[in-house]
Amino acid sequence: MATDVTTRDLMLDGNAVAGLLADLFGADVTVVPAKCATCGEVNAMGALHAYVRAPGSVLRCPICGAVMMRIVQTNRVTRIEMRGIAYFRFERSNG
Amino acid sequence: MAQSLDWQLATVAGVHDETDAVRSFSLTLPAWTGHRPGQHVDLRLTAEDGYSVERSYSIASEPERSPEVDITVERIPDGEVSPFLHDVVIPGDRLEVRGPIGGYFVWEASQPGPLLLVGGGSGVVPLMAMIRHRARAGAMNPTRLLLSSRGPGEIIYREELDRLSATQDGFQVAHTLTREQLPGWTGYARRIDEAMLSEVLAPIGREARVYICGPTALVESAANALVRIGLAPSRIRTERFGPTGT
Repeated sequence: MATDVTTRDLMLDGNAVAGLLADLFGADVTVVPAKCATCGEVNAMGALHAYVRAPGSVLRCPICGAVMMRIVQTNRVTRIEMRGIAYFRFERSNG
Repeated sequence: MAQSLDWQLATVAGVHDETDAVRSFSLTLPAWTGHRPGQHVDLRLTAEDGYSVERSYSIASEPERSPEVDITVERIPDGEVSPFLHDVVIPGDRLEVRGPIGGYFVWEASQPGPLLLVGGGSGVVPLMAMIRHRARAGAMNPTRLLLSSRGPGEIIYREELDRLSATQDGFQVAHTLTREQLPGWTGYARRIDEAMLSEVLAPIGREARVYICGPTALVESAANALVRIGLAPSRIRTERFGPTGT
């Protein structure tokens, strides 16, 4: 029912772009904590709200709604904008 | 890039109807590194003109069945990928797949303690991987699945869930049907709410780990209700899916 679909219905979470993120970062980042640069809350990437039906993918803070990351891919390039993220915290592997 | 994320050519080993609109596909993967219950795969279809489209599907099968994995796909009438999978793909066909993907919405039998799984419609799929894994691993931890479906004919994995629920190993399923019930239906008959969650949770307690998967509205209302009941938000993991034209 395309006419019933609201923006809210289209909201997914970071798990929906896990494959794309793994491509970009070289590892699974759905469990990586990311701090929102707008409100300061820290959430796992997999818990961010994702909007993937735009020309790109948009990840928003689940607490304040601010845009944390935008990813746009064409045939030739990938553009990532992430000024909405204050930091990521990656666990260092022992290997 | 991790090796497991390379695209590989899976062979369709079997096709199985779950409901009128939901079908499972068993895929044999040549270079499968194994998965954890709750993870998914990306599937890519490429047309002859080079146009390609990707979708993410939760893995329905337990890791113990590797290198075969099942995906369960709901047919979305105006979707780009699911009608092709439903109407065209037969055993022996090949599909491009990469994975496993995602480490956030994952449960393994090595994690002790009570477990509450809440699913809406095809949101049951990643939860089923957990349930099947739990049974194969011989886990006895108290586990409940609360599954919301529209009508009696739309309950995915119904027979298997009812059979597992009868094994006395600590797992029980509770169904709710939101739109249509047949005479004699003894389960719930409304959308998931706080009272329903309290009842399902009561025998296993508020220390349960919780996994919720379904449409965003269901995920949010269930997660919020569980926090009101007194569960720690840190013990609740969610995975949303929407009308993504799967």
